[in-house]
Amino acid sequence: MSLKSLWHKLGSPRWFYDISGGWVAGFAVAAAALLLVGMVWGLVLAPPDYQQGESFRIIYVHVPSAMVAQSVYIGMGVAGFVLFVWRMKLADVAISACLPLGIFLTAVALFSGSAWGRPTWGTWWDWDGRTVSTLVLLFLYVGIYALRSAILDVDLRGRASALIAMVGTINIPIIKYSVDWWQTLHQPSSFTLTEKPTMPAEMWLPLLVMTLGLYAFAGFAVLYRMRTEILSRERGTHWVRALTRSDQTLTERARGDDGI
Amino acid sequence: MAFDSIAEFVAMGGHALYVWMAYGAFAAFFVVYVLKLRADRRRVWAELTWQSLHASDSKVSEGNQEGEVN
Repeated sequence: MSLKSLWHKLGSPRWFYDISGGWVAGFAVAAAALLLVGMVWGLVLAPPDYQQGESFRIIYVHVPSAMVAQSVYIGMGVAGFVLFVWRMKLADVAISACLPLGIFLTAVALFSGSAWGRPTWGTWWDWDGRTVSTLVLLFLYVGIYALRSAILDVDLRGRASALIAMVGTINIPIIKYSVDWWQTLHQPSSFTLTEKPTMPAEMWLPLLVMTLGLYAFAGFAVLYRMRTEILSRERGTHWVRALTRSDQTLTERARGDDGI
Repeated sequence: MAFDSIAEFVAMGGHALYVWMAYGAFAAFFVVYVLKLRADRRRVWAELTWQSLHASDSKVSEGNQEGEVN
């Protein structure tokens, strides 16, 4: 399939609904397997840190949730751009599916960071670059969510949230470089793509597994929610009616009825 | 294995509160989120089923085949 025909097909919610069913299942299985392995590995098998002791195990939930929370925002910013320029309906659906996941993940990142900060820094919270820019990320997510709930006009709602989603992506490099720009309590990046990890493999491998697992979960959660949203928005169409009808027939058969 | 006993594992070297807080929030996130995803899908599906039972088919126009909303 050429890139151009894929682009055209993405304009059809029906095509997306049909093709994404298998992806949802694949992501769900991958997420469950990776997260289970990663949790046991990080929580039980990985050795304790020589300075932080056992509290360092928080890294396995804190770093993945912070990373995926930012990635979901970037995805939302890209969807915002597509919606703004091409008015693609599916992009608006994607924004609405990213928002609740982003809110949850950012909240988990902040909460687990706080739980890690107390034994490590001696405080639950510090107004440093990393924590404040992550708090701004949470406010962006919540702000766009609130905005979308407040605007009833579908077109205006989409364009307004797309604009803020795009502008807000400025915050992502700020979060990333905050630990280099402002020297404070938060430690620098645990992972970089270009350098070898400073941790031994038995410590960073579970982190990698957890991160991949959470990305798979994000793929599952966003697609699942997009499909729900598509069903809801396309309820007047032939194909959604046909779907619900075939579902009823199946239910009736299961009950032993002879149809209507 | 980094721990010699279950008790040691639970105690987390004296950092039990912080470690279990973080992992608890993480686990709670998954349970709540997946339940919410399922509840929303079921609600929409129930609405659609109700709609298709109570609406007559003649209202669906022929131009609607490609998945476009009127």
